[in-house]
Amino acid sequence: MPALDFSFYTWANISTYLLSGLYFSVSLTIAATIGGIALGTVIALMRLSGIKPLEYAALWYVNLLRSIPLVMVILWFFLLMPSAFYNLFPGDIGQKYRAEICALITFIIFEAAFFSEIVRAGIQSLPRGQTFAGQALGMTYAQNMRYIVLPQAMRNMLPVFLTQTIVLFQDTSLVYAIGAYDILKGFEIMGNTFGRRVETYIMAAVVYFIISFALSMLVKRLNEKIRILR
Amino acid sequence: MIEMKNVSKWYGATQVLNDCSLNIDKGEVVVVCGPSGSGKSTLIKTINALEPVQKGEIWVDGVAVHDRATNLPKLRSRVGMVFQHFELFPHLTVTDNLTIAQMKVLGRGQDEAKQRGLKMLERVGLTAHKDKFPGQLSGGQQQRVAIARALSMDPIVMLFDEPTSALDPEMVGEVLDVMVGLAAEGMTMMVVTHEMGFARKVSNRVIFMDVGGHILEDTSKDEFFGNIEARQPRTREFLNKILPH
Ligand SMILES: Nc1ncnc2c1ncn2[C@@H]1O[C@H](COP(=O)(O)OP(=O)(O)OP(=O)(O)O)[C@@H](O)[C@H]1O
Ligand SMILES: [Mg+2]
Repeated sequence: MPALDFSFYTWANISTYLLSGLYFSVSLTIAATIGGIALGTVIALMRLSGIKPLEYAALWYVNLLRSIPLVMVILWFFLLMPSAFYNLFPGDIGQKYRAEICALITFIIFEAAFFSEIVRAGIQSLPRGQTFAGQALGMTYAQNMRYIVLPQAMRNMLPVFLTQTIVLFQDTSLVYAIGAYDILKGFEIMGNTFGRRVETYIMAAVVYFIISFALSMLVKRLNEKIRILR
Repeated sequence: MIEMKNVSKWYGATQVLNDCSLNIDKGEVVVVCGPSGSGKSTLIKTINALEPVQKGEIWVDGVAVHDRATNLPKLRSRVGMVFQHFELFPHLTVTDNLTIAQMKVLGRGQDEAKQRGLKMLERVGLTAHKDKFPGQLSGGQQQRVAIARALSMDPIVMLFDEPTSALDPEMVGEVLDVMVGLAAEGMTMMVVTHEMGFARKVSNRVIFMDVGGHILEDTSKDEFFGNIEARQPRTREFLNKILPH
């Protein structure tokens, strides 16, 4: 095995090959987390609505998406979505960023299934008395959810959300399947360009590790904080 | 003010309220007592429809609570309720606990809601704690805030479900004092409690419930405490257990 050589990691090369990929991976993670929590909350509320058709629709959504590998969801969406869909975006954005748009939408759809289960658990773990208290003050179902139940459920679930976000960040590497330019893709191109594939995959692992590890430290601290708050 | 006619309720096959009827006039203070599991909490929660009933009629200030067409949030906003475990909203400050329903339910502006809320907080003697979170208060303080929260809505009647039974003994007094003050002002109150001192001091009537959701007694306070020999055997048994000898 030839000696490892990391000397091609100059600032110029990093900014040429990696930064935009890192930017995409991080943005995708953040956008999919926000979108996934928003859609997941809607699905959780459907699941708990007590209205049978909504309940079943939500249940099927969750069970279906949790049983399919993410990479297949991404591929299907990419292959099946008609080209006309991308024309809905202003200018040539849609056609230019097909893979990126497709990645964002599939991640939101997919993650919503997981986030909805987290939100549901958060709602169900609240003491029933809190709902009674809100109702007794005259709040409607929606007001009670909005002002009393969801804020508490979300706060209690923050560490779990973040843990899911770490998984999500690692999963963003799957966009290689449709050729989006994420951090891993950046490393790959860099490795091919300089003929140093071993070094680039080592560095890629280090970057994923540092980001994920930092996030899990944050989760740990949050958990301690929330334990004190309770 | 409150009228209950032949109310029955089941959880599945178990009957928890059995043909309950009662009447509470404006300004009356009625204490409900009885052994654990007799249905006191269920009974008091049916008055603002937190627990629905399968049979019978419940009227509050002329509004038919049992009627499915009734606007329940509106009715509930006029009926104050205080819970055994306080149920303050832990994610909101004391002030926000006091104002949120005034603003979202009654549509009051922030200034008005705050003014009203802080006035009630002053009345329970906790003005200094207005910016704290519930978790930073003692049980007795939390319960007083909960009372202030209910009062901020200008209720026509107050319901209390064992307001002192989750409290350390040294904090029971501060909560009862607030309730005694309310009664003296003429507030209509229904109070589930085993604090017989309170019942003796301020109630007009005492209702005794027995297992299975029966209202076994509904008599004036003087009759209830003054003529123990005339009470039902189950009532005497219960009183013997909880009254100091
Ligand atoms: N959600 C529920 N599902 C089934 N049974 C219930 C439910 N809530 C209460 N019960 C039953 O109904 C009966 C009356 O309960 P309730 O809480 O009204 O009694 P209580 O007189 O308030 O008792 P305590 O003094 O312990 O508070 C009990 O036997 C209880 O087990
Ligand atoms: Mg009870």
